[in-house]
Amino acid sequence: MDFLIRRYRNLTVLLLVIFAQLLLLAYQVRGNQEARLIRVWAVTGVMPLARLLEGLRGGTAGFLENYFALVGVREESERIKKENTRLKLENQYLKTELATADRVRALGAFQARTPSKLIAARIIGTGSGANSKVVFVDRGSTSGVARGMAVMTEDGIVGKIVATYPTASQVVLITDATFAAGVISQKNRVHGTLKGQGHSVCMIDHVQNEEKVEPGEWFYTSGDDRVLPKGLPVGQVKIARAGKYVQEIYLAPSGLERGLEEVLIVIEGIHQPIPEGPQAQQSLRLLPAPPPEAGVEPTAQSRGLTTEADRLIDRYRRVGAAQKHVFGEGLPGSRPPDFNLNPDAAAGAAAVPPNATKPPAAPPPATSGGTPPGSSNAPRPPSAAAPPAAPTKP
Amino acid sequence: MTLLGERSFRGFGGYRHDRTYWWRPIVLVMVPVAAILFQVYIPLFFHYLTYLELPLLVTVFFSLKRRHPALGVLYGASIGLVQDSLSSNPLGMYGIVKTLVGYFAASVSLRFDVENPAVRFLLGFFFFFFHQFFYWVLARALLGQGLEFVPGETLLFGLMNAAVCVPLFHLLDKL
Repeated sequence: MDFLIRRYRNLTVLLLVIFAQLLLLAYQVRGNQEARLIRVWAVTGVMPLARLLEGLRGGTAGFLENYFALVGVREESERIKKENTRLKLENQYLKTELATADRVRALGAFQARTPSKLIAARIIGTGSGANSKVVFVDRGSTSGVARGMAVMTEDGIVGKIVATYPTASQVVLITDATFAAGVISQKNRVHGTLKGQGHSVCMIDHVQNEEKVEPGEWFYTSGDDRVLPKGLPVGQVKIARAGKYVQEIYLAPSGLERGLEEVLIVIEGIHQPIPEGPQAQQSLRLLPAPPPEAGVEPTAQSRGLTTEADRLIDRYRRVGAAQKHVFGEGLPGSRPPDFNLNPDAAAGAAAVPPNATKPPAAPPPATSGGTPPGSSNAPRPPSAAAPPAAPTKP
Repeated sequence: MTLLGERSFRGFGGYRHDRTYWWRPIVLVMVPVAAILFQVYIPLFFHYLTYLELPLLVTVFFSLKRRHPALGVLYGASIGLVQDSLSSNPLGMYGIVKTLVGYFAASVSLRFDVENPAVRFLLGFFFFFFHQFFYWVLARALLGQGLEFVPGETLLFGLMNAAVCVPLFHLLDKL
């Protein structure tokens, strides 16, 4: 020790002197909070150690506490995962049930408004074979189902019963290659035979090239086959073109567009007329025209006739009405109505009593540049057709 | 100034013969006091002389000539504490800085030939810069004072003090 002190005497003196002066500084100086610097130094030097010790103690205690608290968390997590999976499955099941209930409600509504006797059935299986378009339903002979009955949804026909069993029935779909049924078009009443193609599109055969079928036109069952009642929607024409002998018409069956889960079996079919209006499946639904206002006669303007020809026709109609002339009558060479007459003034004169003095005749119209009435160059009234009648339908 | 002893030792550049001096106590007291008074009084009339650190140069001189680090520590501490007592600083700020300057100056004198004017110039410049920088560090670290340290200005004043220390040391050599 003495050797060390002698060896590092100068350095020792330096450190001692500096340390003494540091203490002196610490004793004098007060910090911002009026604490002496030596106290600040002491606290600053000791507190980190205290904080370290407290951190070690707290960390150890927390670790032990968490360790014991986490005992069983794995099992709890597994249980929650299983419960979550079960709840997801249950939720999916309930959603499916809700969708099924909606479809059943729609079928029920359709069943209530159709005159045929229908029973609901559920698809419970499909036929074997890749090309067979056959399904099984859960209604059989015990439910009154017989071979040949039509199967449909509220969107259209699906197929027909080809075999019945006590508790199930086999349905051949209209897309099956063996399916055939009589159909009729909505617009032009063109008869044809619906045939399945083995895929999603059906064909309508036996339609002559001269008959008019347009794409987008609806086909309904015609009842000619004595199997499917008349008036059930079949589908919409996708392609219609002239063929070698008959037209090639391809149709998308409307009854299969939304999949098959529940169907209706026509127990007692009643023929219905082919509806005139558009199908409810059309995406654009038009409202009926608003009724005319009471006491207001529709005019050209109110009907929206705003072109020059519309105004001219309207004037001729009023001129004819004022002179009690019926267009389209009278032989050639008979006296035409005076088209130079002001129809509004004539209507006012016709409204005065019969004993009133007659108003002077209207002066002849200026002929310069004009054309006398009745000449061949005069504007011809729409004699080919009667004056336009008041619109009765929109 | 009395020659206290002479010794030869191996330093940089081969063996050297260095001398150690001793002063009378009155000189050891009056010279630092004069330097401190100069720094206290003269800047009242010549403001630019504020940066002339005569107490520092005196500390360096005595430490260099005495060639004893422990005594250099005592010189520096004493002069620094007196300087502190005359300033608004807490006691010990200049004391610590000049203690270190005294120690390092005495230590340097054991390795270099400090009689050379060029070496004195360099030492004067270096110790002034060290003094100012370390004071700035202490003021920020211990007192929390927001002092500014401008290196360029400090270098300039260091050159001024170095330029002064060469004739001053030559003058003090005569004592």
